Amino acid sequence: MADSLPGILALEDGTVFEGLGFGAAATVAGEAVFNTSMTGYQEILTDPSYYGQIVAMTAPQIGNYGVTPEDEESNAPKAAGFVVRELSPVRSNWRSTGDLADYLAGHGIPGLQEVDTRALTKRLRVHGAMKACLSTEGLSREEAVRRARDWSGIVGADFVQQVTCEQPHAWDADTGIAYYRPTGTSLPEPLRPKRLYRVAAFDYGAKFSIFRKLTRHGFEVMVFPGGTSAEAILEQKPDALFLSNGPGDPAALQQIHQTTARLIQELPTFGICLGHQVITHALGAGTFKLKFGHRGGNQPVKNLETGRVSITAQNHGFASDPKQLEARGAVVTEINLNDHTVEGLRHKELPVFSVQYHPEAAPGPSDADPLFLDFFNLVDRRARGQA
Amino acid sequence: MPKRTDIKSILIIGSGPIVIGQACEFDYSGTQACKALREEGYKVILVNSNPATIMTDPEFADVTYIEPLTVAVVEKIIEAERPDALLPTLGGQTALNLSLELKDAGILERHGVEMIGANSDAIRKGEDRELFKQAMVKIGLDVAASRTVHSLEEARQAAEQIGAFPLIIRPSFTLGGSGGGIAFNREEFEEIVANGIEVSPVNEVLIEECLLGWKEYEMEVMRDHKDQCVVICSIENFDPMGVHTGDSITIAPAMTLSDREYQVMRDASFAVIREIGVETGGSNIQFALDPKTGRMVVIEMNPRVSRSSALASKATGFPIAKIAAKLAVGYALDEIQNDITRETPASFEPTIDYVVTKIPRFTFEKFPGADSTLTSSMKSVGEAMAIGRTFKESFQKALRSLEIGAAGFGAGGKFGDSTPPEESLIERRLARPNAERVFFLRYALLAGFSLERIFELTAIDPWFLRQLADLVEMERTLAGHSLDNLPTPLLRRAKAWGYTDSQLAHLLKSGAAAVREARTAAGINTVFRLVDTCAAEFEAHTPYFYSSYGDENEITPSKRRKIMILGGGPNRIGQGIEFDYCCVHASFALREMDIETVMVNSNPETVSTDYDTSDRLYFEPLTLEDVLEIYRQEKCDGAIVQFGGQTPLNLATDLKNHGVNIIGTSPESIDRAEDREQFAAILRQTGLQQPANAIAHTEEAAIKAAESLGFPVLLRPSFVLGGRGMFIVYSMEHFKEVVRQAFDVSPNRPVLIDKFLEDAIEVDVDCISDGRTTVVGGMLEHIEFAGVHSGDAAMVMPPHTLSAEALERIRQAAHALAKALQVVGLMNIQFAVKDGELYVLEVNPRASRTVPFVSKAIGVPLAKLGAKIMAGMTLEDLGFTAERLPKQWCVKEAVFPFVRFPGAPINLGPEMRSTGEVMGMDEDLGLAFAKSQMAAKPGLPLMGNVFLSVKDADKPKAVEIGRQLAALGFKLFSTPGTSKVLEEAGLPVGRLFKLDQGRPNVIDMIKNGDIQMIVNTPSGMTPRRDENLIRSAAYSHNICIMTTVTGALAAINGIRRLQESDIRVRSLQDYLATPA
Repeated sequence: MADSLPGILALEDGTVFEGLGFGAAATVAGEAVFNTSMTGYQEILTDPSYYGQIVAMTAPQIGNYGVTPEDEESNAPKAAGFVVRELSPVRSNWRSTGDLADYLAGHGIPGLQEVDTRALTKRLRVHGAMKACLSTEGLSREEAVRRARDWSGIVGADFVQQVTCEQPHAWDADTGIAYYRPTGTSLPEPLRPKRLYRVAAFDYGAKFSIFRKLTRHGFEVMVFPGGTSAEAILEQKPDALFLSNGPGDPAALQQIHQTTARLIQELPTFGICLGHQVITHALGAGTFKLKFGHRGGNQPVKNLETGRVSITAQNHGFASDPKQLEARGAVVTEINLNDHTVEGLRHKELPVFSVQYHPEAAPGPSDADPLFLDFFNLVDRRARGQA
Repeated sequence: MPKRTDIKSILIIGSGPIVIGQACEFDYSGTQACKALREEGYKVILVNSNPATIMTDPEFADVTYIEPLTVAVVEKIIEAERPDALLPTLGGQTALNLSLELKDAGILERHGVEMIGANSDAIRKGEDRELFKQAMVKIGLDVAASRTVHSLEEARQAAEQIGAFPLIIRPSFTLGGSGGGIAFNREEFEEIVANGIEVSPVNEVLIEECLLGWKEYEMEVMRDHKDQCVVICSIENFDPMGVHTGDSITIAPAMTLSDREYQVMRDASFAVIREIGVETGGSNIQFALDPKTGRMVVIEMNPRVSRSSALASKATGFPIAKIAAKLAVGYALDEIQNDITRETPASFEPTIDYVVTKIPRFTFEKFPGADSTLTSSMKSVGEAMAIGRTFKESFQKALRSLEIGAAGFGAGGKFGDSTPPEESLIERRLARPNAERVFFLRYALLAGFSLERIFELTAIDPWFLRQLADLVEMERTLAGHSLDNLPTPLLRRAKAWGYTDSQLAHLLKSGAAAVREARTAAGINTVFRLVDTCAAEFEAHTPYFYSSYGDENEITPSKRRKIMILGGGPNRIGQGIEFDYCCVHASFALREMDIETVMVNSNPETVSTDYDTSDRLYFEPLTLEDVLEIYRQEKCDGAIVQFGGQTPLNLATDLKNHGVNIIGTSPESIDRAEDREQFAAILRQTGLQQPANAIAHTEEAAIKAAESLGFPVLLRPSFVLGGRGMFIVYSMEHFKEVVRQAFDVSPNRPVLIDKFLEDAIEVDVDCISDGRTTVVGGMLEHIEFAGVHSGDAAMVMPPHTLSAEALERIRQAAHALAKALQVVGLMNIQFAVKDGELYVLEVNPRASRTVPFVSKAIGVPLAKLGAKIMAGMTLEDLGFTAERLPKQWCVKEAVFPFVRFPGAPINLGPEMRSTGEVMGMDEDLGLAFAKSQMAAKPGLPLMGNVFLSVKDADKPKAVEIGRQLAALGFKLFSTPGTSKVLEEAGLPVGRLFKLDQGRPNVIDMIKNGDIQMIVNTPSGMTPRRDENLIRSAAYSHNICIMTTVTGALAAINGIRRLQESDIRVRSLQDYLATPA
């Protein structure tokens, strides 16, 4: 701590939080958001949906259990910057392979600690997510506020092209942990069905866990860059379509909307997070920006068809318009019980469904894991019906 | 689905007296449940034998029975009230066990009572270790290798199977794991197993693979009838496996689990609650994790609300017991609103943006001779909780909340010196878990132990150790500065790390006021943050706060008239639930007067720290600095210090000197009652007398004084509660041995020496005064003669042997004392009557331990009235100007934790050792006493064998006792001395060997179940070794034991009445409704 330099976080409204820098010495601009998960900082940092965002954790003690490649959700941390109350000077966990500060430094990402993250969170809750600038290089307060204001903002931003893969590729089924089980614990987990289906998965900035879970549920996952055309997908003759999570404004992805509109006519489809919003647009409905979004692992979602509530992992700043959805042939199947926004939809005729939250968890609760099985069953039924 | 309409009335069983492992947390949960169910329109029938609870206040249930928690009694209540349902999960292990017994006896079925929340199968599966283990294996969870055994032989086989020592021995169905232990060798193993089989009500113990040193976690989970599950809180134990979780320092949320590990524990918890079959409500599930491999083992689950769920409720703001009650009557989690946010449902998982530390409080000093090693059998009597934005802040706040003299983690106060003791001592104190280990961690760091070495000795997670090392480093850095040259950022960080101004003053060699001034000048101010269940994601409406240092202060004080109520801090022997009861009443009373109440307390078990008890709740340490900050920022109009026991009283003068308006009896009056010389003047003025006495400031002076008073004398320190360091001394030799201890209890204060009145009748009086009018609330006559601490004595209300004339003199004396001390509020006086003379033993112008008991007996809420008087009302305004006598006999009996402290002397004396109390009520004195014994366990026997052994002075009375027992049909057994006396009186008696003179002796008979009652009066202040062995055997075998002649006579009367008539039950509301 002695060798860490002062750093600041400036918000577009002129508020400045001072703290101590860690990770990389850098200056970044992005949208300031808060996440209320008490665990899972590494998954959050590496979730490409956080591209363009400076993430503040409400949990005060961060870095305690270090980092491990096993917990990465993409090839590197994708958040623009990281803000915490207190960074742990030590890591303590048998799975840990490195320190959080070193990890961020190695990837050029600045962090800021000793920040009153509760004050920051309340500011964002009351005034909404804001453009922000985080600097650990001694930037002046004025300059930081100016840079925050100068940042282009998230509304209208297509960030998918920044985080999507460059080439289509097959997901390596043996990579990573789909279901973590300590030695001696054998809680039930999905067994790979005998029958395999090929799913074309759009990578808008996908989390590894999604592909791992699809794989475990009987899918051979073919990953495609976000801009891939409908024809290119159909040429591969997939059995199903999957639309991933990703960063930025879902409304800014017109070409993707069109591609999707075409594909959902042909293929049973499942979408998660941005994928859900893309389906919304593909159906001709709209999305809107939430004041400060949902980011955390404790969000109650009610399935309106079963009446059951799941505790879900969420990470989104935009939401679908329920009225427009209903007018465009979709049924709102799930809502968030905190603010009643749309959390899930199903098309009335097409075999298409999606959720705004993250059934793959990582981080967060696995309550919604059965959705992957639902997807398999949907595809399976259709395949058998056609066969 | 909304609530059930097929049930209309619900029986709730409370947890009975406060014992180790079962304290006020069950009053907190039971009170919440009663409120929640009545809100929903259900008729609530409550039974609990503990009068010091809020739940047994007549307004909290429709029908309240203060009756013994036994099958026979509860059956009578069921017959009388015909409840539709029984909610067994809110009264701790006691209620759970009793509910199972009711079920097994066919009583529930016979009367058509449905068990809601958890059914008997689930309870059995959760509680029976073998069934539990099978269930865990079935669902794929790992468990420690183990085997259930019923004999030593089986135990030996089990040890062979598991393979290696150490091994854990856990008796089935005992509270807080009592009677268990860890065996490191064969000899220890046999000893613990034998004891465990004995104390287990089903004579069963589990022999288990030892997970000593593993990381330990707890998950508080809830489930509703739709099978929706949520985690309310995760807790990580600072002390690794091997120390009972009730005795461990615990931290919320879990600190060292990654998301993957946390989520698998969450999934496992849900799998457990589902498999065990807790249909609705809360459960606590404990896990151990191998720090090297991450292997995760399920330890146990409690299919009910628990001490940990109370902690989790306070730690998160999520009221588990209240929600559990609503779930039990059919609501689903998503049908219940979160009180704190008001807009979001209860079907979510709290997320917290602070760190919570709980530290247990121990009282080994009261049990000399007992082993103070912390094991799997719980020994702590209370706990403090603290909230801070970071671990360091939270940890330091918790340490100072303990009220054991520690300023925090070092920097002055007890264990706060900067010179560590010698290394070998540190090593020993680290390797053996004990109450002071946390302070020896600091000494180890000061002495230069590496973190690796400390980890090897303690197995405490390196993350915690590093936090402590940072604090020690900070302490060193600060000590190198003075206030003048202290850089502001360093000061800011020190405050954020939980250092008080006094700690900083100690390190900077300055004064607390100067530090405060300097930091205020630097803009470093205490801020208050909200406990909101959601880490600020939503607006919170419940004013539940903790202090911290940061950018934003979240409190907006109102302009209303506002009174602060200071709570009692962590429970300890002598200061427990009774005082919390009074604080809660103060809050209710002032709210009735439309005064805003500000509660300050640090005890997570309590009703006072429920967020809807007061208008504003501050979960804070009860130190001058912490309290003043709240008082100033809230701009309170006054503070009540006389309800929270000694904790706030000790602060009274300092608070007043800092401008706090202490309402009610002035701190000066409190001091006058405490100060010997001033008090003597008051007695002269009122024409009252006290036993001849002296005050001494040195050991020499004390010895001289004792000599001139003549033995026996009562020696005691000043300014203590619970008779700490109090001795009755019969000889100079003994006096010289103990006088130092008396001085040590209250350093820098004098000791008091009184002529001890042998065989005097003692009377406790609780009265209330508004400064002009005084009314006696109740007089309680002790059953034991003077010399037994009033907290430990059995008492009868109204007095049963004293004449009307004597009572009138007591009444007049109480009035005179209240007037002389200008009491505004409550006052407790202890009198002794000997040879027709009345003596004043002690006057305490504050709420006493007996206030709840008396209030229940007469149906007048004395504490409430007291608070209203302090706030300016008069007794006339309140309509309480005449003394009210109870319409029934009320007997108070104490319960003792001796079973937890093998080796400590078992006797009644001037030092209080009981943890709780029960109330027995009946129109017949004998039955009221019998009920009190039944409630305190084990109850009076109706027939069988009595072992009688008394000291020489009691031999004549032994004949009387023996004769009466024989007449009641009991067979007498005795040792040679007492036998001779009995035989000479013509009584048939079976002679037994003295313990060291041959077999069979009485212990053999006890173990064989051949003794039903023991009368054994002590030969001296400290019981002899053989006496102690007999008593210890009696306690562990649940045999009725009387250690005083008067107690024995009361018991005989009770037995006679029990033989003559059946036990009957009557509700409190019924007693109170009957005209006098």
